[in-house]
Amino acid sequence: MKNTDIAVVDYGMGNLCSVAKALEHVAPGKSVVISSNPDEIASASRVVFPGQGAMPDCMRELDARGLRAAVLEAANNKPFLGICIGLQMLFEHSEEGNAAGLGLFKGQVRRFATADMHDRHGDKLKVPHMGWNQVYQSRDQGRAPHALWQGIEDGARFYYVHSYYVQPEELSLVAGYSEYPNSFTSAIAKNNLFAVQFHPEKSASAGLQMLSNFVNWLP
Amino acid sequence: MLAKRIIPCLDVTDGRVVKGVNFLELRDAGDPVEIAKRYDDQGADELTFLDITASSDNRGLILHIIEQVASQVFIPLTVGGGVREVEDVRRLLNAGADKVSINTTAVLNPQMVADAAQRFGSQCIVVAIDAKKVDNQPFEWEVFTHGGRKATGLDAVKWAQHMASLGAGELLITSMDRDGTKIGFNNPLNKAISDAVEVPIIASGGVGNLQHLVDGVKLGGADAVLAASIFHYGEYTVKQAKQYMAQQGIEVRL
Repeated sequence: MKNTDIAVVDYGMGNLCSVAKALEHVAPGKSVVISSNPDEIASASRVVFPGQGAMPDCMRELDARGLRAAVLEAANNKPFLGICIGLQMLFEHSEEGNAAGLGLFKGQVRRFATADMHDRHGDKLKVPHMGWNQVYQSRDQGRAPHALWQGIEDGARFYYVHSYYVQPEELSLVAGYSEYPNSFTSAIAKNNLFAVQFHPEKSASAGLQMLSNFVNWLP
Repeated sequence: MLAKRIIPCLDVTDGRVVKGVNFLELRDAGDPVEIAKRYDDQGADELTFLDITASSDNRGLILHIIEQVASQVFIPLTVGGGVREVEDVRRLLNAGADKVSINTTAVLNPQMVADAAQRFGSQCIVVAIDAKKVDNQPFEWEVFTHGGRKATGLDAVKWAQHMASLGAGELLITSMDRDGTKIGFNNPLNKAISDAVEVPIIASGGVGNLQHLVDGVKLGGADAVLAASIFHYGEYTVKQAKQYMAQQGIEVRL
């Protein structure tokens, strides 16, 4: 059996078709599978870890399918892209349902405050944070931007839909941030791992560029 | 800063896009996939497909359309019309929809909204509210169902709050008085609902020019504006609409 190029982890939560379709679009000729088989995920060259819905449900379903070990193994060893709840689950704990995450990184997942959030025009800010917001790329100490930002303008807009955001303890993890209205972490990076709060698969050309960068990434 | 969204709406029946006036007099406006690609190229922030197919025989056609669009257009896709059970939601999401809009069923069976939100997450559940100004009720705007034909006795503002509390992640507010009239959104209605709920609202019904889109945001408190005919017949492109909104000081994705 030919090894899978890209496995999209399926633990029964939400719609993975969009992610798979966008990956197929940017990587014609590569095999993209939606998989809930730990062996298939272990043998894939790259792993995408998406997620929708509530984090406690996502954690429960991940464990129910026996996928925790395969996801952690991939997150530590091969090009790995977390999306939305797939970012949040990498942390220790979420305020959503008081749920424990995978604990790969120290930090909390917090809910946006709902009262009295306004943008600079005075408009009431809604929760979920839904729509296209600017993503600023971390460029500390003159470092080059991360490989996954290649070809993407600093401040480009990506599509978001979420009510919770990650708060990493380790600030060096932060690869990108957005404002709603306060600054929050919208991308993290460490070694072979990159994870984002927005949905690159739904973010038109900027999103497709990021997915293309991911499938060609050699960390 | 988060951008206000422009959402072209495609009313689909028997596999074609159509546009009517006050839910009647349908005219053919073209091929759904071609139109979706054109709007994506123009910078549409999302697309909404409303399946208004009358006969249940042809309902499956929308799934095929969504599959085709989703493999070519990489922005959020919402589908509504004839969504009756949680299984319908699952089928649409699997075909490539990102959000599903629930209208009449939400009134007949509110628990279905809660069940769908619980199973798939609030982020993909939109409740569509068709409202009309009435003078025979102790409130100003009443919820209507069945394409605007049936009064429900429900106060649209209270209904919006109830739907958000059951798990709707977004509300699509259509003014039945304005739909197809080109005289502008019902901004007082939208503003009343936007102020009463925490979730984003999409204003719909009545857009005739670009100032109406601006007013929908500035006067109606809309987080997104939905329009059909001004885009379908080439009066304006989505890009022109965004440029105009930007000139009026509204944050948009250009």
